[in-house]
Parts: sequence; C-alpha cells; structure tokens
Amino acid sequence: MSSNNDSISKTLIVVISLCLVCAVIVSTAAVQLRPQQTANKLLDSQKNVLAVTGLLSGSDINALYNKHIEERFVDLNTGDFVEKPANYDYRKFMKNPEESIRLSGDEDVASIKSRANIAPVYLAYNDGVESGELSAIVLPIHGYGLWSTMHAFLALGADGSTIKGLNYYEQGETAGLGGEVQNPRWVAQFEGKKLLDQSGAPAIKVVKPGNASADSAFEVDGLSGATLTSNGVQYTFDFWAGAKGFAPFLAKVRDGALNNG
Amino acid sequence: MANAKEIKTVLFGPVFANNPIALQVLGICSALAVTTKMDKALVMCIALTLVTAFSNFFISLIRNHIPSSVRIIVQMTIIASLVILVDQLLKAFAYDVAKELSVFVGLIITNCIVMGRAEAFAMKSAPGISFLDGIGNGLGYSVVLMTVAFIRELGGSGTLFGIEIMPLVKDGGWYQPMGLLLMPPSAFIIIAGLIWLLRTYRTEQVEKA
Repeated sequence: MSSNNDSISKTLIVVISLCLVCAVIVSTAAVQLRPQQTANKLLDSQKNVLAVTGLLSGSDINALYNKHIEERFVDLNTGDFVEKPANYDYRKFMKNPEESIRLSGDEDVASIKSRANIAPVYLAYNDGVESGELSAIVLPIHGYGLWSTMHAFLALGADGSTIKGLNYYEQGETAGLGGEVQNPRWVAQFEGKKLLDQSGAPAIKVVKPGNASADSAFEVDGLSGATLTSNGVQYTFDFWAGAKGFAPFLAKVRDGALNNG
Repeated sequence: MANAKEIKTVLFGPVFANNPIALQVLGICSALAVTTKMDKALVMCIALTLVTAFSNFFISLIRNHIPSSVRIIVQMTIIASLVILVDQLLKAFAYDVAKELSVFVGLIITNCIVMGRAEAFAMKSAPGISFLDGIGNGLGYSVVLMTVAFIRELGGSGTLFGIEIMPLVKDGGWYQPMGLLLMPPSAFIIIAGLIWLLRTYRTEQVEKA
C-alpha cells in the first residue's frame, strides 16, 4: 500500500484533493464570517471615538454613537468639508496614490510616507446631534513610534485647539514601556493643553519624564523607558497639527466654519 | 482505541515528563512573544492546543494515503488551514483579543510543536489517540506559557489577567515594576530557570555531558 502512495498519480490525487478541501473550508469561513468581522471593526472604531470624547457609557455603542457623533469628511489640502467619497476607507485611501499625496523626507516628520487627501473627522455633541451644541472635534492621527504605527483619536474643544482627550487605540510598542501610550493616566495629561500656539503653529511638547511644567499649556511628560515612542508621539502631533495635517481645517474651525453648518 | 493507561500517558505525559518546551525545547518563539500578559497567553494556549489536536487528528485520518515524498507539505497545508480558521473565528467572535494577538495567531503555523507532533506522532498513530496527543502537548505548552506569563505580568506590570495586584509607583502605589520582565529576553531567563527546576526534580531528563 505504501509503495502505491509514492506513485506520481497517487501523489497528485492526494495533494490536489487535499488542497481543494482546505481551500473550500478556508474560503467558506472567510466569506461567512466577514459580515461579523466588518461589524466588529466598525463597532471598535465607534467605541474609540466615543471613548475619547468621554461619551462612552453603557453597552449599546451603536445607539450612543448615532445619537452623539456626526461623521464628516475634510479635504486636508483646503480644510473644507467635502462629501463622503464613494467606497471610502481611510486606511486604504492613505496608501492609494490617486487618493493621497506622498510626503517628502522633511515633510514626513511622523514617518507615515503618504497621507490621504480626505480624512474623516467626528463631531461630538454632548446633548445629541440635533441640539447643534458642538462639544468636541475628534481627529484621527497616526505616526510611527519605535516598532509600529500608532493610531489615535484626538479630541479637541470647539475652539479647535484645547485638547479634550487622546486615545491611542492601536499600537505595537513594547508592552509596559512604549505600550504605556495607552495608559489612561498618561494620556490624561494632554487634557486641557493647547494643540496650537497663538499663531496657529503646532505647540505640544513631549518633554523628558518629570520635566513638564504644570503651568505650561503645551508641555507633557514623555514615557519613562520609552524615549523613541515618546518622540513618535511628538512627531505625530507635529505632523497632524501642521500644514500637511489638520492645520488648514483647524484654521477654518477658528474662523467659525462649524457655526454656519 | 488504546487502553486507559496509554491515554493517560499520552495526555499528561507532555505536561511534566516530556514537556515540549522544557524537555524538547520546541516552540519557544511564541513563548517569548505572547507572555507579557496572562489573558493574551491564555488565548494563545487555547488556540495552539486546538490547532495541534485537530491537525494531529486530520493528519492521522489520512496518514495511510499521504505520499512520503510530499508529507511535510501536506501537513503544512492542513495546519495552515486550521490556523486561518482559528484566526478568522477569533476576529469574528473575540475581536479585542484578536487585535492584541495580531500576527502571533498566524505564527502558530510555524510553531515547531504542531509540526513536530504531526510528524512524530500523528503519522504513525490512530486518529483518536493522535487527537489526545495534540491536547496533551498543548497542555504542556500551556503550563509553561502560563507560568512564564504569570511571572512576567506580575513582576513587570503588577497585574494578573489585567487585574491590579501590586499598585505601581507611577499610579500612586508602592511597587516599582521590573522593566526587564517585559522585554523578550526575560522569557529566555524564566524558561531556562523552569528547565533547571524541572531537571533538578526529574534527574532522568538531564542530558549526559
């Protein structure tokens, strides 16, 4: 029997039928589970947006999100609101050469290589969207740390500069050291600081741990034992508060773009 | 089907007497990567145990038909399919954990324990006992992984399963965490320590100099 096994025809039959069976199983699983996985991803992103605005309470995330959050799209080059593009996926658009710009060496402070032309922003209303009382503007930001691209949501007050919250929701830094960017105690220091100075330039400074002055509106302590991750956070803020990031949009926010619709 | 004594040996032998990590020093790659937190390690253990058990089972089912010239590829195909299945299920039903484990679930494919058991046991044994052998080796792996994760999480973050045991200095407590325990090299030191302990107690495992 075993001598038979090594004949060319038997080998081919076994290998091909095995591959067919495995392929069917794997693709069935992938297709069947996709709706559930997409729903999970969406729910996760909604949860993170709610968390950074401090509106996360209770378990019905979807209802909470629909009540408090309005999703808009911003052309980062002009800073104007635009319609949602067809088939929009921020992560995919970032890498698509037609929908993004390549950043040259000195522009690319956050080491992200390219930036999408259109980014989502989330407008949060504490009393529900229909109240029209804007409480926070949530911006998606990301930049390279030591090992990984760190993705975060940054919540700003209606003035477009006062930081109301920061939530690193995806990162692959060293657990316990750089991974502490997720520590609520660490990100809490950002609350109340100013993203931009009087002239509208990026102003947040991540300083050596323990050296941040309590009176400063711009300084926060870095992470101890994670200098390169702290630098990554600094560069992320520099980039996204700068001219290639959300600066044009935030300038319009200061001029009242959100008051007249 | 084998008798009760054989089942016991196959199932519990790999835990201490013939531990895949401590004695055979297989599969330590993931023991370094996913042991900073106990909950991560636990999911990894469950995933690996299931994959080893089922890959053993399926390989054993078709063992009489596998051509020996391509047997490793055949084993890999089965293992890889199972790992993708586990990964997809985790993403659908345990999204938060799947996000934490990220690439390491996929890396079960290259875990030497799975391949090792398929080649050494499942190719020669009946499906039922092969399945148990997979569970047993998964348990052996789990014991070491959970021990390492226990030491690393408690010493490195002052928590167990994310629950605070020793309040950290930076959170206003008294415990100054040991940063080294969070770095991959510490797992080498802990595993080496475990091997030393095990071989002191079970001298038959000591290799002849």
